[in-house]
Amino acid sequence: MRLVPVPDVTQHAISVGSVSHAYARPDSGVVQTLNSVSLDIRKGELLCLIGPSGCGKSTLLNIIGGLVSPTAGEVRVNGQPMRGPAPKEIAYVFQENTLFPWNTILENIKVALEFQGVPVSDRQDRANQAIEAVGLSEFAHSYPHQLSGGMKQRASLARALSLQTDILLMDEPFAALDEQTRTYLGEELSVLLAATNKTIVLVTHSLTEAVFLADRVVVMTARPAEIKATINVNTGHPREPSFTTSAEFSDLRNELYALLRDEIEKTVGGFVGRAAARDRERRAVAGEGGARS
Amino acid sequence: MKRRRFDWRARAIQIGFVIALLLLWYYLGRSGAVSSIFLPQLPRVAEKFIQIVQSASFYNNLAVTLFELIVAVAIASLFGLSIGYLVGRSRYAVLVFEPLLAGIFAVPIIVFLPLFMLFFGIDVESKIAFGATYAFFPIVLNTIGGISQVDPRFITVSRSMGANERQLFRRVLLPAALPVIVTGLRIGATIGFLAILGSEMIAGLRGLGSRISNLAEGMNTAEMFAYIVFVIILAGILNLTLSTMQRRFDEPRSAS
Repeated sequence: MRLVPVPDVTQHAISVGSVSHAYARPDSGVVQTLNSVSLDIRKGELLCLIGPSGCGKSTLLNIIGGLVSPTAGEVRVNGQPMRGPAPKEIAYVFQENTLFPWNTILENIKVALEFQGVPVSDRQDRANQAIEAVGLSEFAHSYPHQLSGGMKQRASLARALSLQTDILLMDEPFAALDEQTRTYLGEELSVLLAATNKTIVLVTHSLTEAVFLADRVVVMTARPAEIKATINVNTGHPREPSFTTSAEFSDLRNELYALLRDEIEKTVGGFVGRAAARDRERRAVAGEGGARS
Repeated sequence: MKRRRFDWRARAIQIGFVIALLLLWYYLGRSGAVSSIFLPQLPRVAEKFIQIVQSASFYNNLAVTLFELIVAVAIASLFGLSIGYLVGRSRYAVLVFEPLLAGIFAVPIIVFLPLFMLFFGIDVESKIAFGATYAFFPIVLNTIGGISQVDPRFITVSRSMGANERQLFRRVLLPAALPVIVTGLRIGATIGFLAILGSEMIAGLRGLGSRISNLAEGMNTAEMFAYIVFVIILAGILNLTLSTMQRRFDEPRSAS
């Protein structure tokens, strides 16, 4: 018997095994959202899920977090199968407005720690540390509605960080913010997360955000979502703003968009591709006719 | 939205309006245009008012009515809050019971007053039952509304952080629903007060309402008006207390 366990390098932080998800709609039968998705996420990796809106990437994130049960397949976190939320292992950052409006920022974080089961004596210190980490000490006693959208999201991040989990799931955390703010918060996040060595899964619909933040970007297809491609971003964290102007960055961004374009067209029922195809067809027919005459 | 600040001008206009009404009353009585049987003169009413607040029977009647009100609102709150919570937690129960309760509340329950008298007698018990019935509906409806309309994301986020049922209630559902619930309590108490006074006036042995109707039947309008003025003051105090309470719960989140 070994007393000291040898670290298992093959074990992934999160392992998604052939996960499918469907739900019944009262009027139009069953809607398949995820179709046999398999994905291994390494410890300390920042993985971005990107796909057309409504494709089921948030559903996948919620399945990973144990908030939604898959209809088939299994998610394992640190080798353990997920059955319901795992507040000790996984923290969430949702879109705007999940801070309780009746609590101050400090109270919000202390309530989160209470939910997680942290002893009363530790809550104050841990809350203050987390607030300091995101630079909101001045606003600890403010209510959410007194803060800007960007500050609110920083406070949400502080709440997630205070839980000191190994895994952080972020569901379009900056989606409700304007572009400048989200760019800045993205830079901040890169700096903050480089120091923590957390495993992070980030759902986004921003190509720039995905390339800027991710170690690996997973592109999903339109519903029912499957994994279409995976792209590696081999630049270390923290990433400088200048990274966004590099050739590597724009190449990756273009590659991503090319992969996504077809899927977006399927989702929105777009005409650009079809019009182009029709155009090609017409030219081909005209060319044929020309050759005959 | 910024919190409304105390506006002195608005308050001055409100006070001016009340003074104008009193002056109108005073001069109508003094000019003799309206018979003092229909509209007793203001000084006579003031005199009676001072007289009655010094009499023991006044305090007995006041105590009866306040007792009825307090017990009725307590019963209505007990049932309204607990039923409202249980219904509000289940989406299906809301779908079934909310329209049902709102529908019953739309019925003028006062037509059942004779039944209340039959079941509970003519004394305070029937007034309590009637007042509690009326106060129950706004309380239960607002509790259902408050609990069922809590943003589901707050519940999801709490569950993801490991909240159990008790923590969810205390830290999320209750504070989120409280402003709406307190509004229900305020409306319930106001309507309960009205129902109790009304049922006392229609058929009662004791209480402010039956005193007022006795005085009216005896053509003792000056004293009747003195009682009415007192009821108005009482209603004002009740409303002020409840709305102050309500504002206290609303304060920290004027906007979200």
